[in-house]
Amino acid sequence: MITPNSDLILSVNNLHASVDGVEILKGLNLEVRAGEIHAIMGLNGSGKSTFSKVLAGHPDYQVTDGEVRFKGEDILEMAPHDRATAGIFLAFQYPLEIPGVSNRDFLRVAYNAHRKARSQEELDVFDFDDLVEEKLGVVKMEATFLDRSVNEGFSGGEKKRNEILQMALLEPTLAILDETDSGLDIDALKTVAQGVNQLTGPDNAVILITHYQRLLNYIVPDYVHVMANGQIITTGDQTLAQELEARGYEGLLQQHQLEVTA
Amino acid sequence: MAASLSPPAPPLTADRRDRYLQNLAQILRSAVPEDLALVDLRSRAAAWLQEQTFPSPRQEDWRFTDLSPLLALDLQPAPAVSAPDLPDWSDLGTPAVQLVLVNGHFCSTLSQLEGLPPGAIAGSLRDLLNQPDLAAHFLPRLAQAPGQQEVFTALNTLGFADGVGLWIPPHSQVERPIQILYLSYPTPTPGLAQPRSLVVVEAGSQLTLVEQYGGDGASSLQLTNGVTEIWLQASAQITHSRLQREGESTFHIGKTAVMQAADSQYSGTALHWGAQLNRHHWEIYQTGPQTTTHLHGLAALRGSQHSDTHSLVALGHPHGRVEQRHRTIVDDRAHSVFNGRIVVSQAAQFTNASQINRNLLLSDQARVDTKPQLEIVADNVKCAHGATVSQLQADEIFYLQSRGLSASQAQRLLVYAFAMEILHTIPITSLREVLRATLAELSD
Repeated sequence: MITPNSDLILSVNNLHASVDGVEILKGLNLEVRAGEIHAIMGLNGSGKSTFSKVLAGHPDYQVTDGEVRFKGEDILEMAPHDRATAGIFLAFQYPLEIPGVSNRDFLRVAYNAHRKARSQEELDVFDFDDLVEEKLGVVKMEATFLDRSVNEGFSGGEKKRNEILQMALLEPTLAILDETDSGLDIDALKTVAQGVNQLTGPDNAVILITHYQRLLNYIVPDYVHVMANGQIITTGDQTLAQELEARGYEGLLQQHQLEVTA
Repeated sequence: MAASLSPPAPPLTADRRDRYLQNLAQILRSAVPEDLALVDLRSRAAAWLQEQTFPSPRQEDWRFTDLSPLLALDLQPAPAVSAPDLPDWSDLGTPAVQLVLVNGHFCSTLSQLEGLPPGAIAGSLRDLLNQPDLAAHFLPRLAQAPGQQEVFTALNTLGFADGVGLWIPPHSQVERPIQILYLSYPTPTPGLAQPRSLVVVEAGSQLTLVEQYGGDGASSLQLTNGVTEIWLQASAQITHSRLQREGESTFHIGKTAVMQAADSQYSGTALHWGAQLNRHHWEIYQTGPQTTTHLHGLAALRGSQHSDTHSLVALGHPHGRVEQRHRTIVDDRAHSVFNGRIVVSQAAQFTNASQINRNLLLSDQARVDTKPQLEIVADNVKCAHGATVSQLQADEIFYLQSRGLSASQAQRLLVYAFAMEILHTIPITSLREVLRATLAELSD
């Protein structure tokens, strides 16, 4: 939902970033306001996932130029966990497995880390159980799900639903979903999309990183950006995604190059 | 030539080691309580020891564990200390039978024997051996397990002053855990404690046994050299937790020998957390077919701690099942050693054995030496073994950080998770909780 005067949540200005000395992001610009859903599309290697990891603070990526402001504050010097508790959430493309830690304990530790950062009292086991069981409905999961080790032996769909469950608990201001649709069958995709829709409101924002238009049938973006070669090369509304689906990236890239050279 | 001018090598640590061992044997033998002469046993151990030398890293079995610092200690058998306090961590949370030794001497004031099942016998091994009718349960088995020909086992046999005797009659289900606490308290001179315990679970009986070694070793150097022998008769079952949490200056050497008769089940968890130097011999001898053996080990080491587990499962009958998992967490300059042998002889057909050793290194200076060994003669068996050495993965830490955990919280959770896969095999909730809290401190 676009509301012109709503708060600026994320402002990315001329962002350059490299991994192992290879520049991946080459001057990326983006503004995200409260209430908005942005989709970032692009081919493999265009820099989409790098962008999401840079926002979350992955230590393997070095920012070499530009700035990233989250709610007005420069976050590039912030540790990943400080960004998380400030309200940035990254749903992983490949969520990690943590054998030996129950999902319930993991979720409680994460939730309480957020409470603590806001100087709120931590929830005890019983209060937390009530909360998390209420949130399970968002992603249509059974309570038994909580007693398994984090992501261990989960199917692809279960892992992604678990990411959305974490999002539901942590209530981020900015959620970045990195290829959350990859590897999902249609039912799981719908469940995940419904969860995200349910969690999106006027005060927060979502960035969907995706390869395919399919997810955007269920989560309707306000803006669609196309990335290539470490930059956002064009921006439009949902029709841009449809156009992409019809013509493929190649057609769009050619057209873009023509515009650039014209 | 320059080489010919250099002085000859000092003569010889080997001599010094010999003298040290013979001297120690002499001191131990002269301190044996008069009422616990056990002349045959002790003479045999003494005669064998006379042919031995004190272990050196030149011996294959001691290649990675150097006991040289002990050679500087003028060890004396530790005296009994009257009525110290029980440490907080000894509490199992439920009223349980508890047998307490202090510096290797039985302490009846701290022990609690109420609640033993009908017919069961428990108490000071010295007392029990002095009562002919009761001694019959113990004497025929004392020091009769294989593996007696090992220096520290023999030193214990030669000189132990007391220990625990525990006998569970046939077809008894012991509901509550029975705990043996081996406490070491500082002594004026470097003390040596040598507790000796003998546990017999008769046919068809079931027992949960906890052994904890610990105490305040910070202010006095001390060697604990404990031996526990466990006899499982046909179809007997035991769940055994052995927790080593000695003080930080203590040397801990221990032997657990288990005799498994037909259809018996042994499930053991050994935790190695304390002591500056720890060496555990864990030996399982199958004496009948169709036994089940679970060995779960966990060492959590930091500073300059050294921990060495040498395990042996000797199978000589068909249809044995063995599952061994040994994990170590090694921080700072600590050093972990694992040598696990599973021997499957010709008669042990249809054995199903697996052994895995996983090591987690938390520092660049931490060191792990591991040697899983399967020795298989039988031809119709299923056996697997392996070892891994790894560090915490940056991606795992980042995943947790992205959920709001600080880097150190993330590391703690991952270390905890690694340890929990062993800790959860301890069947006593309250004990698990205490260990969980201790682990959190360790991984800080």
